[in-house]
Amino acid sequence: MIEAIVEAIRLAVTRIPDDVVSALREAYEREENGVARFNLGNILRAIEIGRTESIPVCQDTGTLMFFVKAGLRSPFLGEIERAIVEATRLATEKVPLRPNAVDVLTGKNLGDNTGRGVPIIHWELVGGNEIEMAVLPKGGGSENCSALAMLTPGEGWEGVKRFVVEKVKACGGKPCPPVVLGIGVGGGADYSLLLAKKALLRRVGERNPDERIAEIEGELLEEVNALGIGPMGMGGKTTALDVKIEVAHRHPASFPVGLIVQCWANRRAFVRIKPDGRVEVWQ
Amino acid sequence: MAVRLRTPLSTEDVLRLKAGDVVYLSGEIVTARDSAHRRILSLPKEKLPFNPEGAVIYHCGPVVRKTHGSYEIVSAGPTTSARMNRYLDGVLDLGIRGIIGKGGMKAEPFRGRAVYFAFTGGAGSLAAKSVKRVRAVHWLDLGIPEALWVLEVEDFPLLVAIDAHGNSLYR
Ligand code: SF4
Repeated sequence: MIEAIVEAIRLAVTRIPDDVVSALREAYEREENGVARFNLGNILRAIEIGRTESIPVCQDTGTLMFFVKAGLRSPFLGEIERAIVEATRLATEKVPLRPNAVDVLTGKNLGDNTGRGVPIIHWELVGGNEIEMAVLPKGGGSENCSALAMLTPGEGWEGVKRFVVEKVKACGGKPCPPVVLGIGVGGGADYSLLLAKKALLRRVGERNPDERIAEIEGELLEEVNALGIGPMGMGGKTTALDVKIEVAHRHPASFPVGLIVQCWANRRAFVRIKPDGRVEVWQ
Repeated sequence: MAVRLRTPLSTEDVLRLKAGDVVYLSGEIVTARDSAHRRILSLPKEKLPFNPEGAVIYHCGPVVRKTHGSYEIVSAGPTTSARMNRYLDGVLDLGIRGIIGKGGMKAEPFRGRAVYFAFTGGAGSLAAKSVKRVRAVHWLDLGIPEALWVLEVEDFPLLVAIDAHGNSLYR
């Protein structure tokens, strides 16, 4: 189990998923200006090196986040948390990862990516006897551009669009565009941000199954790309590769919008642990 | 225009560059992030572990592997430079003539004396290909990402994003 989690972490940081790579290739073909092509060309080469040499594509291997769907009847329920922490330690040494967990009071970095509250684990209890988890290494540069807006219901979806476009514009080149935007609408302050982050686990190019939401995703993608920020903020046609929206019902008085900005290094991997101990790792 | 340059950079080297040029940089570069900048500026110039005259600073916190007592750079792309804006005048006053990073910085302080080079954010595996070896590492007490890594690079492909004449590629 621990080895499978280490493997998933390695996969996530060394191999940018195929759907993200195709979106980046299309962006490269679309761009006409030399600077945008310089950056996208470098990105595609870096991805290739990561894959062939099995080394982290980006040196910021992020804060490790795990989204666990724990089957109530899995025999491994009691071990999973310890396994995740241990796998994080091992992966830091073996992959290797950059040690990114810093004490907020002393500024000390203990060097193994674990510490108070990290790696971050989100639990969801589900039926069945399997455990499924998603690994999401989240970089600091893009996370720093994330934001929350508590809109009034009157501002509604127009307000959501305005908030997202303004925010992306203000961030310019900082989150390593082309970005992927995760947006959570409804729930509450914390829940909208959680939905936004989970939205990043969906494949690039895949729309929300609810057609009304899918339409807004498409419109926002166009609006963001019309900003012209371009790869690395130096101008171009592609500022975002995709926009992912997830929703929950809202309180009558609130219209919360959580925005998580993800860089082009949109990393992820999944692990499934069967009740007999067999494991599957995929992207 | 594409040019090859070697560190240390002279004022003439720097004044010749225009925003949009590609530079293949060889020689020595020194990594520094937030805490390293604070320490650089807290020390007298002669106490610094590197010579700042004509030097190039790289905003980068690398992934490193330690094998048989020596360090290898595995992945080393740039970090967001805007966080270092507050130290910019300070380091340029020390004689630094080039800064490598991502996302851009204030353009004004570079005028007449230095340039800002952009390397593609996230492309750490590619950047590591230009790093030939680690010459030294200082201030490991700050943690691996924040330490001062003295790197020997060869033909590191960079884009001049802010030149010494007030031009910037950032919008
Ligand atoms: S924002 Fe993303 S791609 Fe850019 S340096 Fe951070 S983790 Fe890497």
